[in-house]
Amino acid sequence: MNFAGLLNAHWPQRLVRLPWLIILAIMAIGGFGVVVLYSAAGRHMQPWATNHLIRFLVFLGMALALSQVPTRFWRKIAWPFYLIVLVALISVEALGAISGGSQRWLDLGFTRLQPSEFMKIAIILVLAHFYHYLPRGYSERLAGIWPPLALIFVPAALVLLQPDLGTATMIVAGGLTLMFLGGLPLKWLLIPGLSGLAALPFLFNLLHDYQKKRVLIFLDPEADPLGAGYHITQSKIAIGSGGLFGKGFGQGSQSHLDYLPEPQTDFIFATMAEEWGLAGGIVLLGLYITVLVWGIRLAMRAETEFNRLLAAGLSMTMFFYVLINSMMVMGLAPVVGIPFPLMSYGGSAMLTVMIAFGMLMGVHRETGQPNRG
Amino acid sequence: MADDGHTRPQFARRAFFLGAVQVGAGLALAGRMGWLAIAQGDRYASKAESNRISLHLIPPRRGLIADIKGEPIATNRPAYSVEITPSLAGDLEEALDKVGRIIEIDPAERARIIEAAATLPHAGTLAIADDIGWDAYAALNLELSDMAGLQPLKTYVRHYPDGEAFAHLAGYVGPPTAEQYKETRNPLYMLAGFRLGKDGVEKSKEETLRGQPGARRVEVNARGRIIRELDTRPDVQGQTVRLTIDRGLQAFTAARVGNESCSVVVIDVVTGDVKCLLSMPAFDPNVFSNRIPSALWKELQADERKPLLNKSLQGLYVPGSTFKPVTALAALHGGVLPTDQVHCSGAYRLGRNVWHCHKRSGHGTVAMRSGIAKSCNVYFYTMARRVGAQEVADMARKLGLEHKFDIPMPVQRAGIIPDPAWKKKRYDQNWLEADTLNMAIGQGYVIVNPLQLAVMTARIATGRIVQPRMLADTPQKPFAPLDIPPDFLEVVRQGMDDVVNGPGGTARASALRVPGIRMGGKTGTAQVRRISAGFRGGAGVPWKFRDHALFIAFAPVDNPRYAISVIVEHGIGGSKAAAPIAKDVMTWIYDREQAEKRLDAILESRARAAEEARRAAEAAAAAAAASATTAAGATPATPAPASTTATTPAP
Repeated sequence: MNFAGLLNAHWPQRLVRLPWLIILAIMAIGGFGVVVLYSAAGRHMQPWATNHLIRFLVFLGMALALSQVPTRFWRKIAWPFYLIVLVALISVEALGAISGGSQRWLDLGFTRLQPSEFMKIAIILVLAHFYHYLPRGYSERLAGIWPPLALIFVPAALVLLQPDLGTATMIVAGGLTLMFLGGLPLKWLLIPGLSGLAALPFLFNLLHDYQKKRVLIFLDPEADPLGAGYHITQSKIAIGSGGLFGKGFGQGSQSHLDYLPEPQTDFIFATMAEEWGLAGGIVLLGLYITVLVWGIRLAMRAETEFNRLLAAGLSMTMFFYVLINSMMVMGLAPVVGIPFPLMSYGGSAMLTVMIAFGMLMGVHRETGQPNRG
Repeated sequence: MADDGHTRPQFARRAFFLGAVQVGAGLALAGRMGWLAIAQGDRYASKAESNRISLHLIPPRRGLIADIKGEPIATNRPAYSVEITPSLAGDLEEALDKVGRIIEIDPAERARIIEAAATLPHAGTLAIADDIGWDAYAALNLELSDMAGLQPLKTYVRHYPDGEAFAHLAGYVGPPTAEQYKETRNPLYMLAGFRLGKDGVEKSKEETLRGQPGARRVEVNARGRIIRELDTRPDVQGQTVRLTIDRGLQAFTAARVGNESCSVVVIDVVTGDVKCLLSMPAFDPNVFSNRIPSALWKELQADERKPLLNKSLQGLYVPGSTFKPVTALAALHGGVLPTDQVHCSGAYRLGRNVWHCHKRSGHGTVAMRSGIAKSCNVYFYTMARRVGAQEVADMARKLGLEHKFDIPMPVQRAGIIPDPAWKKKRYDQNWLEADTLNMAIGQGYVIVNPLQLAVMTARIATGRIVQPRMLADTPQKPFAPLDIPPDFLEVVRQGMDDVVNGPGGTARASALRVPGIRMGGKTGTAQVRRISAGFRGGAGVPWKFRDHALFIAFAPVDNPRYAISVIVEHGIGGSKAAAPIAKDVMTWIYDREQAEKRLDAILESRARAAEEARRAAEAAAAAAAASATTAAGATPATPAPASTTATTPAP
């Protein structure tokens, strides 16, 4: 593959080579989101569905544009990008300390930026860069292990201080995934992993009171069904009462009568499941798995180490969104503020996922088709 | 360098592993969802339903209380109210602030709500305000439609059309107390709109009046607000309680007695039906049934005219001379002949003490009939001593004194008919002759309530064991005759006839002016303070030391149908204060037009007197600067019973 050939390619050719099936899957997910938001608002486009649709189309356009950027460019800006986001995280922390309250965003005047959201991408980029240039064999030595650990845990700690347990978890999970793919010996994953499990009670004590409460409630939501366990209990009721095919469009009593908290953001999966049932859930999860596995297969075919790591890392980042949110709404994880990407109302997560999708399509563009050998 | 263009085998393995993790996680999530939606689906579906659907009890409409003709004494009036469920409302103070911007909640009321919320069982509701009017109802629905736990409601409020005149009789209603809920655990008691009978017929016929609560299944949102009704089972209204009371008669009587502190009881002697059971002054049961303002409660409690007391049943009075028919019958029973004569010199000597007749110059020679007519104390002293105190006490009990009757009222006080055994037990003292003399004229230890006096009169009038009856729909039983010879009773009745219609009778001024109807009666005056050194409670002493005025009567004399007892507290004289009221009440029964005209005249003169009193007070206030106030100015409020002189005795 030479870059000159790509640069000389005609636009129609470029368009044809886009992964259209996957784009259709993404559009299906986003469109389903619009439908569910329309129902959640009592069959009104306002206040959510219209905004969601516009935002989705804008970000999808952005993703298509990003797909035309050579991955070389991402490799070049990996470190500057990581450092800028890190500085932004520190500023958020500092601003919070000055104003005396915790905050998660920077006010740039025209928009509010949530640096922790970008860190999910930045950590993938910077580690892909790191392993791309790491000499073979070094990933098993200490010199190849501590830098990625530092790159992961400094921003993760900052995010945890905000405090945002969900995002911190995603940064750590994304980072460890790349270390795993980069060749970290399994023992270095298993030994700290198991000892980490053993240290959980100790770590638990480091959590904020409200975080502790959430964890405890997750372990036994029925203990306080009207208090803090309310979210999980009502979400399970919404999903469970949906049955096989759901209560029908616009018929979800849990969401329409306000029993389900945040039916348009973090708990949109439950809102969907109540009206579309298990069938809707399987379709939605199936669409996502299709996209994610496409990303992994892309990684296995990609032609540079950076592209391989980037594709697998971004696929896993999207996976963690879906996994953590689904586990939360199904009562398998504590309530953490991780939305269901492309469905939940709100711009930050959608932006992150669309950037990731754009980059994945970029890798796709630079990767030969399977049938080409 | 890793940039070799070829996938490392380790990377391929690990990437494949991650792909497998993704697919595996997807399947696991689908499995978990299937577990929730299929295996546990029914459980969660029913949980969703119980979230959505709430069963609301509808407080039953109370049965009506009606008079003998079906005229309403207590009814239900549609109204609007607002209640709150504190467990849904969150911060109650804040919620009350919000509501307070639309309807007025006074600070005492607010304190009461917050206090009640503290002891409220979970999910209980509390009334914030009853009877708020449609405007406030609409405003609350509109402006606070999103407020959690707040529920504006359409309800019914108990309504008493004639208010005060039936306050003691009907009683009033109120919300159940926390103790009552704890006792019964009845969920109905937790409904903010539910009311229990608190006094009178409302209390004693609670079970009949209550009815069956309805229920409605409603769809509620997470804030407890009703979104729509699904279905409703209507409430079953409580049964109507029809009383023997004549609403018109009692309302007239209430207007007639005006500001007096008094009791009037009218009984149909043939059926025992209580036609009027009035105690005045009273309170407004309409106000009480909503919520009793504590300032009003204190004021009523402190009032020396005791508006909270049902004087007809709970007021105990020394009967005075109205007791003399009892003594007369006891004497006859003990062997005295109606013709046996006694000479009254105006004084009666017992040991070293001299007992006076009310007429200091004496009545001369009196027999039973004239003794009753002139109310001669000396005659009754003599006869009571002749037959003994036990005979008098037995006769009193036979005539219904010291007895509680089977009527639907929560409290009756029996009073006391003393006899030697009673005195021994009560005071550990022997009965004295002086006690017999006191008892003979209805003084001393004897105390009775006004209903007993009316029943006693009815029994004397008919010679039967008349039992008062207040529920019109209970079967009437014929009354058994008293074991008193009819001719004895006839003598007493003749004496009572003379009291009103005979020469020298004490109540001649109160004879009926209805052709063909004569009223027989007996006046009484009861000392409030012990008789000491000739002290009498006349007009010259403060109101609360004046004598009580009593009058009992029946009519028509030749074929009795109605018996009446009238007690005017501190009215000074039975003939001047009590008998005129009995006369007007009886007149209303037989000639309503005449009675209403008379009432109009009385109301007019009362208005005039009030106007004069106001002018006098103004003049006094003007003169107050110049001269010191005297005792005469201290009691301007008692209107004189201005009527007695206006009527001329019937021939």
